[in-house]
Amino acid sequence: MVTSLRSAVMSAFSAVVEPVRVEGGVLEEAERAATGRFELRSVSVAYGSETVIEDVTMNIPPQAVTALIGPSGCGKSTLLRCLNRMNDELGNVRVGGTIALDGQDIMAKNVDPVELRMRVGQVFQRPNPFPMSIYDNVAYGPRTQGIRNRDELDAIVEDSLRRAALWDEVKGSLKKHAFDLSGGQQQRLCIARALATRPEVLLMDEPASALDPISTQQIEDTVAELKRTVTIVIVTHNMQQAARISDQTAFMLRERLDQPARLIEVGETRKMFTNPDDPRTEAYITGRFG
Amino acid sequence: MTNLTDLSHRRSVGRTAIRRAAEAVATAIIRAAGWTAIVVLAAIALFLAWNSLRALDEVGIASILTGTSWYPTSDPGKFGAAPLVLGSLLVTVVALVVCVPVGLAAAVFLSEFAPRRFNEVSKAVIEFMAAVPSVVYGLVGVALVVPSVKSAFGLDSGLTALSGGIVLGIMALPTVVSISEDALHAVPSSLRHASLALGNTRWQTTYKVTIPAASSGIFAAVMLGVGRAIGETMAVLMLTGNAAVMPKTVLESVRTMTGTIAAEMGEVVQGGLHYSVLFVVGLILFVVTFAINLAADVVLERQRKRWGA
Repeated sequence: MVTSLRSAVMSAFSAVVEPVRVEGGVLEEAERAATGRFELRSVSVAYGSETVIEDVTMNIPPQAVTALIGPSGCGKSTLLRCLNRMNDELGNVRVGGTIALDGQDIMAKNVDPVELRMRVGQVFQRPNPFPMSIYDNVAYGPRTQGIRNRDELDAIVEDSLRRAALWDEVKGSLKKHAFDLSGGQQQRLCIARALATRPEVLLMDEPASALDPISTQQIEDTVAELKRTVTIVIVTHNMQQAARISDQTAFMLRERLDQPARLIEVGETRKMFTNPDDPRTEAYITGRFG
Repeated sequence: MTNLTDLSHRRSVGRTAIRRAAEAVATAIIRAAGWTAIVVLAAIALFLAWNSLRALDEVGIASILTGTSWYPTSDPGKFGAAPLVLGSLLVTVVALVVCVPVGLAAAVFLSEFAPRRFNEVSKAVIEFMAAVPSVVYGLVGVALVVPSVKSAFGLDSGLTALSGGIVLGIMALPTVVSISEDALHAVPSSLRHASLALGNTRWQTTYKVTIPAASSGIFAAVMLGVGRAIGETMAVLMLTGNAAVMPKTVLESVRTMTGTIAAEMGEVVQGGLHYSVLFVVGLILFVVTFAINLAADVVLERQRKRWGA
């Protein structure tokens, strides 16, 4: 039974995932390598006196998709929020260890979380467009950055919507209220909104969990396209999704309720899904728990 | 065995009947209470209209609303209520200027920035502000606001529309603060997070997303505050000087509609023309406050639907 499940997952995996390929010339490769790389060293997170994540050490390679997987409550979203310091907004959260973005410690005193978040965008679990027009939603971030020029804004809005694969559907109705869009369109609008500040990294917290299969497919296609220009870290409960869209997979697990969650294994997605080192990873991936 | 089952079955049937009866009685009582409120409101409107009939017939609504002289005791009496309407309007505008910025700022602070413990204390204080009798506000106004206004503007008397409006604005604060705060709270936190994640500060998030999203609720809060200010009687009677003349600025003495009714009702002949005119003034007040409350309700309901709260 277990073996058949595993082979099913593996065959699904091998059908859709291609190895990471290097595109473009040497220069482009060098430039890419420079931005959007995270290095986490012994990262721990505590809510009040309770430590919920302990000792996470991993690298997040630039211009690739890293998937965080694991059962509910294992701290995937919490770890994700460390990367743009959104945990700061929740209060009573302490983060230990070091997190470096392109070599710079993002938890240092002189780092403004507000500026960090322009470099590290986030897309949330449920679509959360602002109650304003499609155009104003996308232009929201650039306007905060002080861009007022109409032509420049127009260009950013179009470019962001194109990259989020929404442009063709909304180009005639940019003045329409964002709430008039479907759920899947709203989520792609949120992706466009996050892209408009030109982030180096895009954090996605189960971005398709509230969407239907077709919208999910569109989001996944968008992610596959986006990783050419931005680093993507995606939290997902969907094993097939992780296998389909990610280059690297990290598996987190909280083995007992009174213990903090730990990083069990991190590695190339292909290897994680075909030949994981840890038996717990294999058990989770083949659907034996979680 | 069969007997036992039968018995228990019958008992449960009896219990169901009792429960149904209790349910019916409870429903009837609640329904009656609800209808009583509506009937009383309708009765007030009818009573006002009935007692206004004589004045509406002999003076006419147009000349009451547009007449600028209010000499109800001269012979023949002059019943131009325009100074009173204008007086109420001036006092209300001043109250708005005081309570909207302060109330909105307080609501934003409490909802978006204040630490939780501070919030609990300030909630209690604000509720207490609403419970203080208006005559006490009047006393504080006479002792503090009236002399301050007098010396600040070099006036002969500090009993002005400005003094009354300032105190009314403070009295309307609890309404404005608590309803605006509710509206801000109703804005989903996912919107705040989205804005913060886009590299906005908390303050930018507040004024660019949260306040616009709560704008209809804030509007309703202001309307209810206006309703409170227009209807207030005792404090304005003590603070505005009560001269029933057409005011040109807020630094003059005014008399409001409410103040006029309260001051003159005790001295009129029951069923007389003056008596009836005072009822017309009451009717105007009733219509205005009813319309304001209705508008606020409609707007609040729209906000509730929008956020599904």
